[in-house]
Formats: sequence, structure tokens, C-alpha cells
Amino acid sequence: MSNHQHKQDILMVGVGGQGIVLASDILGDAALDMGLDVKKTDTLGMAQRGGSVTSHLRIGQKVWSPLINAPEADILLAFEKLEAARWVGFLRSGGTAVINNLAIPPLSISLGTQVYPEDAAVLGSFRSVTEKVHLVNGTDRVAGLGDIRTLNIFMLGYLSRILPMEITDVQWEKSIARHLPAKILDLNKRAFKAGREAADGVNI
Amino acid sequence: MIMSKIRKLLSGNEAIAMGAYHAGVRVATAYPGTPSTEILENLSKFKDLYAEWSTNEKVAMEVGLGACYAGVRTMVSMKHVGLNVAADPFMAAATTGVHGGLVVVSADDPGIHSSQGEQDNRHFARLGRVPMIEPADSQEAYDFIAAAYEMSERFDTPVLFRITTRVAHSKSVVEIDMGADRAERNKYFHHHVEKYVMLPGHARLRVPHMHRRMAELTELAEVTSLNQLIEGDGQTGIITSGVSYEYAREVFQTASFLKLGLIYPLPPHLIQRFAGQVKKLFVIEELDPFLEDTIRAMGIHVEGKKHVPRFGELNTGAVRHAATKAEIMSPAAAASEPVTLGNLPGRPPLLCAGCPHAGAFFVLSTIGKRSKVLDAAGRSEKESGLIITGDIGCYTLATYPPLRAMDTTACMGASIGQAIGLVKAGVTSKVAAVIGDSTFMHSGITGLIDAVYNDANIAVIILDNGTTAMTGHQDHPGSGKSAQGAAAQKVDIAKVVEGAGVKNLQVVDAFDIKSVRSAIRSALGGGHLSVVIVRGKCAIINKVRKNRRQVDRDTCNDCGVCLMIGCPAIRKKDGKVDIEAGACMGDECGICQQLCPRKAIGTDGKAG
Repeated sequence: MSNHQHKQDILMVGVGGQGIVLASDILGDAALDMGLDVKKTDTLGMAQRGGSVTSHLRIGQKVWSPLINAPEADILLAFEKLEAARWVGFLRSGGTAVINNLAIPPLSISLGTQVYPEDAAVLGSFRSVTEKVHLVNGTDRVAGLGDIRTLNIFMLGYLSRILPMEITDVQWEKSIARHLPAKILDLNKRAFKAGREAADGVNI
Repeated sequence: MIMSKIRKLLSGNEAIAMGAYHAGVRVATAYPGTPSTEILENLSKFKDLYAEWSTNEKVAMEVGLGACYAGVRTMVSMKHVGLNVAADPFMAAATTGVHGGLVVVSADDPGIHSSQGEQDNRHFARLGRVPMIEPADSQEAYDFIAAAYEMSERFDTPVLFRITTRVAHSKSVVEIDMGADRAERNKYFHHHVEKYVMLPGHARLRVPHMHRRMAELTELAEVTSLNQLIEGDGQTGIITSGVSYEYAREVFQTASFLKLGLIYPLPPHLIQRFAGQVKKLFVIEELDPFLEDTIRAMGIHVEGKKHVPRFGELNTGAVRHAATKAEIMSPAAAASEPVTLGNLPGRPPLLCAGCPHAGAFFVLSTIGKRSKVLDAAGRSEKESGLIITGDIGCYTLATYPPLRAMDTTACMGASIGQAIGLVKAGVTSKVAAVIGDSTFMHSGITGLIDAVYNDANIAVIILDNGTTAMTGHQDHPGSGKSAQGAAAQKVDIAKVVEGAGVKNLQVVDAFDIKSVRSAIRSALGGGHLSVVIVRGKCAIINKVRKNRRQVDRDTCNDCGVCLMIGCPAIRKKDGKVDIEAGACMGDECGICQQLCPRKAIGTDGKAG
């Protein structure tokens, strides 16, 4: 497992409704079409009702366990900051964290029984694990494109610049098209491109 | 025949459905239950078979039994606790045997992701004296189904097909044989009273057959390709099955493996031989020491649960930890401890914005001074004025703050029986039983009939949202649609209630808080059995969003009453109550507007 070019453990986390399972399906299919072995496992059931959602995606020449072990994730793709904080323990030393700069406070915050963590504490916990911490204004960026629901595809665009294994542009497009209705495809292609540009430093 | 194979990423459940279809299944039955639901959902897409959502798992098993008696291949699928409900007909099926193949999928939930409890259904194989097959990934889920049907027909037995959440819901690569033979089989029922009519005299004739088939299956277990031997360096030998194999295979790079696909009955000679080839024998399995105890009873020295956790899910970390404790792996190879950030707010699942259950629970939470009597953990030494027995569905989430309007949840349909028990025991509080429409159909009706017959002074509140929402909106007898999308006759809950003899029945609109409150109050105060049906469409099914509500900041004093609904669209932003426009249901709900004491919630930000 030392060669990260040949094995990537990607943990996607966020809140129910952010399109995390769809994002990991798209990446999983793309990796499969590139001839790689893929396993993925999502939290389903009760967690769909606004709870926290995780998707474990493992890509490599041969994958056994469907679950990522802590702390062995190569990449943590977090769609929300509190969820990022919850799963920091999964990231391996020197791994990459991509954190969407969005807070969705749970109801306990409104009721005043709990406190949402400060950015400094969240980012600090990641920086104790790795230097590669990307805080990305994904939600703002896709709101500018017209629909915050394309955040998941934006995050995939960002991820596509970090993944060490090659997934071709054609393959990405094919896999995105397979999972999304035609009428929202163009919008999502723009979100994917925006994610890439953000990763390339063009728009941050 | 032209063989066309394709590779796809499939979940275990999708693979089982595909495998069953390609094995020629003609009848499939189920009741929805995580993690098994997607099996029937996927099977119901095929139009050249019959698939149904049954009223409950017991009925599903009985329909399956009838279908297999007609000679067709049949699949019955359910979650682990579903097999408790279906245990009676399952044991009958084990006794009569089959005609067409009968495969019963039991989906266990180690770690309790979405269940009321944890149980190891491998024990049902021993109980029923039937074989049990367990796949480790989606490819095996697909391949083993065909083997299960052959086994069922050859040995005249139902076959238990055991999966766990991690196999059911993980996706892995499956090579599918698109040219698989789906030849029509002979469809006929042959009269055979000694096989199918379980009078004591006939059942006694079947029992020796059950024991004979297990002896024959034990011989098969010695040679079947469902069990795999993987040679290693001869030091450590691992016996394992299901997803535990995947974890163990990743952790132990050089060990020998006996990977069992047929987990009951076990092959004694094969295990003896394997034990002789290795220095130390170790069983890695989730939940109970099912394999371990059986192997130990063969007189073979083996270790397992001394080191491997007895509850919850395994993963590679847990397997490594167990191996280190058992001294078959050096601590150096174990992973380092992960970083954690303390005191993070939890994110429990909530009732949705616009949920038709929210209003009824808000009303219940305000009766009987519950909020004053209950402490933060939901406990009190004294009774509040109202005890709420609960049931299984989305509405169980009303247990969480701020609603905290549920005192019990045991199993499907238990709310009504528990309420009867509480009043017959003589509690001084009022007792309300809360149950959803699908759960009422599943097993609430018999409880209600008990309440009528035994004159129980309880209020039964049926939350009717027209669907089986928690598991992903499956149809049910009251929804008007079949599993395969055809129009179906609606079973009218109100008529069922009246037909059972309930004299006090009220049907109210879930989004009219005044009516809901007065109906529940009168049901609790009537001094006899009353039923309230609270009717409102599930917010996920109802796509209408008009006139989303806003807070008039000039009028609002942030009193927080609206926050007590538990609506995820209503939050405090910088100390001020705010309704998230994108999440609000608008006119279809309007509960917060009705409850606001200052009339600060409206459609245009002005007083409502």
C-alpha cells in the first residue's frame, strides 16, 4: 500500500442532500472504466434525513476491504466544515484534505445546546496531520454559476486535479453524463471546470 | 448461445437481484427494511417476473412458499429482524421443503446502522436445519445465487442467503453474464399431502428428511467450490466468510485462508485438513462465534472471539488489533492512532422540512408537561401526564430534541400492544400509541383488534403519509400502487379501523395544527379507545413548493417556539430566527406560521 499512484483511498463526507453518494458513484464508474478495481460503501438508511453522510471509495489494482481504515485515507473530500472535522481522524499523515468553506449548523446550534467549531480549530486539526489542506469556496463559486446543487460536481473537478491516477477528460465526461439528466449536463460541466480552475489556482 | 459479459459496479443488493433474475426467478417478495430493500426494488424492474411488496415479512414468506410449491424459483428478502416476523412460515418451509427453488435473503446489520437491534441470523440456519450461503462481495452475491437455487432444488430445502449491511450496500465490480439462461420451468403444483400438509403425522415423516439432507449437505460442503482454500506460508490459518474475509485478506498478506461460502453446514474433514497445514488456527467473523463454536465442537483447537469483537462491525483496523492481541501479528505492523477533534456537535437525522409528522409530535410534546418532567437524557423517575409508545419509521426520529415525543420503540407494530399493556398495568398517565401507515399495515392491525376486544383506554395515532418513507418510499397496501408500478386497490385505513370496531375515529389534516391538537386532546380525554388518523403527504414525495415562509424581523422577538417544531429549515442565524428559503415547503406545510405566538411568520416577511 506504499505506492499511492496505484492505490487511493478517498473519503467523501458532508450532509444528506449534498450529492455525495452521486459524486462517489461518478468517480467509481470513471475509475472502473479506466481498468482499475473499485470498491465503495456509503452510509444509507437513517442518515439520509439530514444526517451526516460518508462515502468510502477505494481505487487500486486490487482492493479487498470496502472500508477505509483510519488513519489511512489518501484524500478527504469534505463538503461541509463540521463534517470535515468529524472525519479528520481518517486522513493519513501527508494526505490531502479538500474542505468546502461551508457551515451547515445542526439544529443543536440553533437550540443553543452546542457550539459550531471555529475554522481555526478545524483547520488546525488537519494541519497537525498534513500540510496539504485546501479550503475551497465551492458553494460561492457554484452559486455564481446558478445552482448550488452542482457543488458535488465542482468538488469532483477539484479532485480530478489531485488524483494521482489518470482518468481522462473523456472518461470524466462520460461518467458524469451517465449519472445526470441531459438537461442539467451543461451546467454541471461548467461546475466541473470551475472545480478544476479552483484547483489550478485560477479563481481562488 | 452467445455469451456476453459486462463489468459493472454493483451493490451487493443489486448483484443479488441480477443473479436471481439470471437464475430464472419468477416470484419475488419482500417487506422493505434496511439493508435489504434494494433487492426487491431492483427485481421489480424486471417485467418478466412477479415482484410484490408484501404486507409484512411473514406474508412475504408465505407467498414465497406458495410460489415455490408451484415449481417456480422464488426469492424472499428481508432484514435480519424481518426473519423474526417470518420465522413461523420459515420453519414451516424448512419442514415441507420446496418444489421450485426457494432462496431466503436475510440481511444482518452488525453495528446497527439502521435497526432496532443487532442479531446474528446465522443461528436460523441451525434452527431450521437448512443450508446457509454467505457472499463476501458483489461478484459472489451474483454468482452464489445460482448455486443457491441449484442447492435448494437438489436437497429439497429453502436456502438461507446471508448478507450484512457492508455487503448489501458496498459497490464492487461484477462481471455479469448477460446471456444467462432464463428458461421457463415447469409450473405445476403436485398434490402431495405428506409433504405439504403439516399434520403431526406428516411432519414427523419430514423430520428425518431434514436430518438426512443436512448429512448430504455436509458431504457437499467438503467439495463445493463455494468454499475456497488459499495457500499461504503455513504459519497462520484463517477461517472466515463474508466481508470479514475482505478485511482479513487485506491485513494478512501471507496467511493461509479457508474462505467459507457455504457457512452451514460446515465441512469437518476440510477443516481438519486445513488445521493440519497451519501452526495456528484463527477464526475471523462478525458477531457471534458461530463458525468458531462449530469448529471447536469438532474437537479442533481454534481461537477467535477471545480476541475478535463480539458485536459491531469489523474493519481492517479491528482485525489488525485482534491479530496483535492473539500474537499472530507484531504490534509494529498495527496502524497509528488517528487524530480527533473533541466536543463536536452531533448531526442526528431529523424529520424533514414540511414533514407531516412534525405537527402531531409538536402537539404531543406539549401535553402532560413532558418537557418539564423529562431531563436532558429523556429520563424521569415520575410519569409525565402522557406516555407515548412509539413504533418504527421516520417518526421514531421524534425521540430526539426538540420534540422528544416518544417513550418506547421495540419492533414493528409494538406501539399498540405496549400501550395496552401500560394501561392494563394501571399507569396513571394517559397513553398514546403512535404508528405509521405502513407499519400499521405490517403489524399494527392485530394490536388494534386486541385493543378493541380487550377494551383498552388508549389513543392510537396513525401517521398516514401514504408511503413507506424511511426505507426510501416503497409502496404499501394503502398507497394505491404495486411494487411494479401498476395501479392497485387502496386499502383504506379508516375503514379497517372502523371495521375492527373502533367507535371513536377522527381523520385530520396533518398541517392543520388546531385540528390535530383538538383531535389528539379529545382522543386522550375520551375514556375509551380512540383512533386519530393524521393524514399528510410525505414532504419528499410532495414536490409542490409555493410561498415559502419568511420571518418578519420587525415582529419576531426570537422566542424560539418555532424552533421547537424541529424543522430543519428553521434555524438561528447570528442569534436571530431565520427560515432557509431553499428548504421551506411553503403553503403545503405552514405549521410554523400557525404556531408563531407573535404572528411574525408569513409569506412576504409580513405578519401572517
